[in-house]
Amino acid sequence: MSAVLTEPPGAPPAEHRRLSRGARLWAYALAVLLALSAARVFAGADDLTSPGTLRAAITAAIPIALAGLGGLWSERAGIVNIGLEGMMILGTLGAGYYAYYQGVWVGLAGAMLFGAIGGVLHALATVVFAVDHIVSGVAVNIIAAGVAAFLAEVFFADLDGGGPTQSPSLERPPSITVPGISDAAADVADRGWFLVSDLAAVVNALTEDLSVFTVLAVAVIVGTGWLLWHTAFGLRLRSCGESPSSAETLGVNVYRYKFLAVTMSGVLAGFAGCYLALVASSGYQNGQTGGRGYIGLAAMIFGNWRPGGLLTGSLLFGFTEGARLRSGGESVHALLLLVALGLLVLAVWQVCRGRRAAALASAVISAAAMWWYVSTEEIPGDFTVMTPYVTTLLVLALASQRLRMPAADGQRYRRGEAG
Amino acid sequence: MTLPRRILLAVSAPLLAFVAAALVTSVVLLGSGDSPAEFWQVVLTVPDGRQLVDIVNYGAILYLSGLAAAIGFRMNLFNIGVEGQYRVATFAGALFAGQSLLPGYLNTAASVVVAMAAGAAWAGIAAVLRATRGVSEVISTIMLNAIALSVVAYLLRKVGSREGQVIVTDEIQRSSWVPSIRLVPGESTELYGLALLAVVAGVGFAVLLNRTRFGFELRATGQSETAAVASGVDVKRMVVVSMLLSGAVAGLIGMPELFGASHSYGSTIQTGIGFTGIAVALLGRNHPVGIAVGALIFAYLAQQAIPLGILADISPEVIAVTQGVVVLSVVIAYEVVRRYRLRLEQAQVAQELRRQGREGQEVPA
Amino acid sequence: MISTTTAPAGEEPAVRLQGIAKRFPGVVANHDVAVEIRPGTVHALVGENGAGKSTLMKILYGVQRPDEGSIAVDGERVSFSSPTDAIGRGIGMVFQHFQLADNLTVLENVVLGAERRHGIGDRARREIVRICAAYGFDLDPGRLVETLGVGERQRVEILKVLYRGARIIILDEPTAVLVPQEVDALFGNLRELKREGHTLLFISHKLDEVLAIADEITVLRRGTTVATVRPADVTAHDLAELMVGAELPSPSRGESTVTDETVLALRDLRVDDPTGRALLSDVTLSIRAGEVLGIAGVEGNGQTELVEVVVGMRRVAAGTVELGGRDVTSWSTRRRRAAGVGYIPEDRQRHGLLLDAPLWENRVLGHQTRPPSARGVWIDRAGARRDTGRIVEDYDVRTPGIDTFARGLSGGNQQKFIIGREMSGDPVLLVASHPTRGVDVGAQTAIWDDIREARLRGLAVLLVSADLDELIGLSDTVRVVLRGRVGAGLDPRTVTPQELGSAMTGAVERTDDPA
Repeated sequence: MSAVLTEPPGAPPAEHRRLSRGARLWAYALAVLLALSAARVFAGADDLTSPGTLRAAITAAIPIALAGLGGLWSERAGIVNIGLEGMMILGTLGAGYYAYYQGVWVGLAGAMLFGAIGGVLHALATVVFAVDHIVSGVAVNIIAAGVAAFLAEVFFADLDGGGPTQSPSLERPPSITVPGISDAAADVADRGWFLVSDLAAVVNALTEDLSVFTVLAVAVIVGTGWLLWHTAFGLRLRSCGESPSSAETLGVNVYRYKFLAVTMSGVLAGFAGCYLALVASSGYQNGQTGGRGYIGLAAMIFGNWRPGGLLTGSLLFGFTEGARLRSGGESVHALLLLVALGLLVLAVWQVCRGRRAAALASAVISAAAMWWYVSTEEIPGDFTVMTPYVTTLLVLALASQRLRMPAADGQRYRRGEAG
Repeated sequence: MTLPRRILLAVSAPLLAFVAAALVTSVVLLGSGDSPAEFWQVVLTVPDGRQLVDIVNYGAILYLSGLAAAIGFRMNLFNIGVEGQYRVATFAGALFAGQSLLPGYLNTAASVVVAMAAGAAWAGIAAVLRATRGVSEVISTIMLNAIALSVVAYLLRKVGSREGQVIVTDEIQRSSWVPSIRLVPGESTELYGLALLAVVAGVGFAVLLNRTRFGFELRATGQSETAAVASGVDVKRMVVVSMLLSGAVAGLIGMPELFGASHSYGSTIQTGIGFTGIAVALLGRNHPVGIAVGALIFAYLAQQAIPLGILADISPEVIAVTQGVVVLSVVIAYEVVRRYRLRLEQAQVAQELRRQGREGQEVPA
Repeated sequence: MISTTTAPAGEEPAVRLQGIAKRFPGVVANHDVAVEIRPGTVHALVGENGAGKSTLMKILYGVQRPDEGSIAVDGERVSFSSPTDAIGRGIGMVFQHFQLADNLTVLENVVLGAERRHGIGDRARREIVRICAAYGFDLDPGRLVETLGVGERQRVEILKVLYRGARIIILDEPTAVLVPQEVDALFGNLRELKREGHTLLFISHKLDEVLAIADEITVLRRGTTVATVRPADVTAHDLAELMVGAELPSPSRGESTVTDETVLALRDLRVDDPTGRALLSDVTLSIRAGEVLGIAGVEGNGQTELVEVVVGMRRVAAGTVELGGRDVTSWSTRRRRAAGVGYIPEDRQRHGLLLDAPLWENRVLGHQTRPPSARGVWIDRAGARRDTGRIVEDYDVRTPGIDTFARGLSGGNQQKFIIGREMSGDPVLLVASHPTRGVDVGAQTAIWDDIREARLRGLAVLLVSADLDELIGLSDTVRVVLRGRVGAGLDPRTVTPQELGSAMTGAVERTDDPA
């Protein structure tokens, strides 16, 4: 019962679906863009798909994606990692400290190191001592929060521009701009044309002021996909999460792979923290992770434990966050419309499938969202703050069918139980 | 197994954990240039009368928090949302009490009920999501914590009034205030009257767990969900009921302080109790007595850490490190002790059977 | 009569085990084991449940290390610290419980751990196709293992072993999940392997099969080797005597105790899986008081679902379940158990016991709504403890006390306790799923006695089992379940295991009585 998702999945994905996964993702992306474009035009929320918003979306999405990737590594090896939040916190601390003294690249390394320490703690507890995964994760979070608060004061209190709960302003990592394309795209994006301008905005966001760390993060995500699904190492790691006893009988050192995977998840969470501190903010701050470790897990579940889906989910969360940051009430207000319409479509689909109760629930929420949209001009500040959390709940509540987590995820494993 | 041996096994894990935590804390202090010796000097001083009362007060609150978490933990249901439930509940309770709809202690009692209901309802959201959609309660309760912050802040702004820098709900009428208990004669600091709720809740929990059918099924579900289902337990129903109970107990957390000291809900309400409660529950192994001991120890540590900044120039935050390491070490230690105990038992069983003259030559299942 | 054979002088045995001993806390699994396996033969290892066969094979495969003794492969002394070492020496093991990852493909399962041989891409795929063609396996490397049937999964296990170049192949109870016809197919494969020069070690407790396929047989009893014989020199009876030291018990039915009163009736039952595929369809049957209805079938044909429906752990898509004339289709498990349905689960550790709880708390499990374990909403500890003592006494459960954790008992004693528990409280229907699985012979006899006792008392018994002797011996009527459908009743007095096996694979349609 300590697995993150408890209801067993529905039908196993048929062969043909696996082949067209890439094509499906592109189709979804296009559909989403269409919907957003429509919402923008209809609600008059011009900033909804502006290059600025999309840039903010990317910046918000990457930490979530990296945290989720950490979760993916861990869970693919069979260990649930709730401690990602804590490892991320350690990452922000490491980044703050090392970047201040030695620049952004050492900052990155330091963040990964600190995150790895958290990972090793969790690995020790769950792999070596077979402690319940959730309990260990919660404990790691508690330790990390305490350590960070304490060390922040030790590190930064006496520095110029810093304080007991934050570091001084830190330099940003370098960013990339592709000269010709980015200007042209910005131009088209300004025109406000349906779909075309939105596409142009996407292009601009990717070619202007793109942080090197973002490129690195995407590379890591893609690299993970290759490593875990196209190499012997990846096969062995995944087998530990699917059937560790089978792997053991074939001579795979299950303990070693699990330990490695969890440590790696700490490294990635550390990277996420570094990105958060250096790219998304201007330094370390107490409590800056704000639950992104958990949102990352939600993105991982949404992505069906695969890197491609994970990235998609992260972009979804990142977008809601980006929209909120840029124009707060107005954009989130427009998103309400989108949610209302989306749920309506879902309700219809559920009725066709014969799931009356679920359809009713969807329809009710849709109506509520629609009513809220119509009766207000914009959303008060207190509520926009919780957009990512509500989104997480919605995503998790809707995305439970057709998901397939690694078969042995969350199980405590002990050697010699084969046969 | 003999009783003294069983007791020894039971306390060995927490003892090991505290030793480990002490070591790690000292190392961290050394690493950051502070003096572990000074740290221990400050922390290990005997508390005076006032501090003692503060410890018991805080301990009672932590106990309620730990209890709330433990109800869920017993069936492997991880209610990390105690923090959010406690806020929502305390706000609701303070709001209701401030309306003075009822006289005197009737108001107090009704407010406590309102608080419990609010806490239960907030926890209920996560419960329903888990029971109907299989959403992990770990993530949903954490999200609800954050959402609670926003919702309560918004509502407070709407219904509260400004008092200097802080927004508060209407102050509760005097007749509903609960008198405090003079624990230590001569001291002005007193024990909150409603701190006794901790005792009531603790006894109730113990009885529920060991003597009722519900408690049996709760424990069975935590030990082996498959066996529980085969025995007739409706797991989804259990999830919902446990979470509601957990949320209700979380609703009690803010009551002692509310009716004993602050008399209104303000934006300066103490934070973090929910999470510390989780640590206390883990430390006490989700056992009514264990949680009490854990709560008192954590309260003691927290209290003794307050003057660290002044007396030893050490940031009081280091206590959080100690607490965190205690929790991790204790869960590891419990695992180690459990395995050791299992091996001991197996050897004993074999011994017994051989002594009874019947040889167990079969391979164990 | 019975002679013990050894390898002819001059030929090194493929495997020689000498003086092997292995102890676990509280139990001696093996002691003084000596086996010699000649190359290019099929060598069988027989013994009853708990004789130590599995442990011995785990030692040979490197999963466990022996406490004493030596292993020699092709004349050389070896020491295995993990399966990798054994694999390196050309030993492969096909486990009784398949070690396969459902979510991975055939190729991924085969290649795992041996990626260096042929990579994990096209080269590996070609090699797999080659092996399949050479030995007559019909497997698609790209299919998810989850979609494969039992026989195919077993072939994947053998493929795994061949892929690693194993010359010595250990098969642990390979026919446990197969019907007679599939067993023939397997034996065909094994003979092919022998022709190619492989050495096969075949572990089983099914004596007729062993006599059919083996070149030499070693008998294990109580953890040690008792004799090594040639099939030509012995009969099944002789082997049985060697295995048990006495006559093998077989259940006997005695007088018929069937009454006219229908206790359980299933009508037009249909059970679907989440995608809408029917797991059970058009199931109509009834059991009367004092009657034992045996359900025979290969694993995966719907028996588990049938049991779950009767106990209330699974919903029906259509049809009704009646208990004592009342429609209980919508009743929860709790209500049904309170109404007198006793349940002996297939997997006692997962569904029947709380392993880390004392025995008396396990008495309460499943009976927490009624005396003696409960009074209203309260648990009656004293009552439960007293009754636990009674069960331990009456059902000969060997335990140091009622406070011992259930985990500490052996499989047989755990099962005896469960039966004692389920027979308490005046049940009207007993659902027994594989009641003697993994249980030693002594306990098995006791459990058969208990079931016969239940019949006598007027209980209706639904018996699901893979042990054909058990089914034929205990049941008043036998029905075969195949692909989710339940066939007509067969008379166990006249049906043979062969005929039953045919019905279980659908080769032959046979009906006896109009029941």
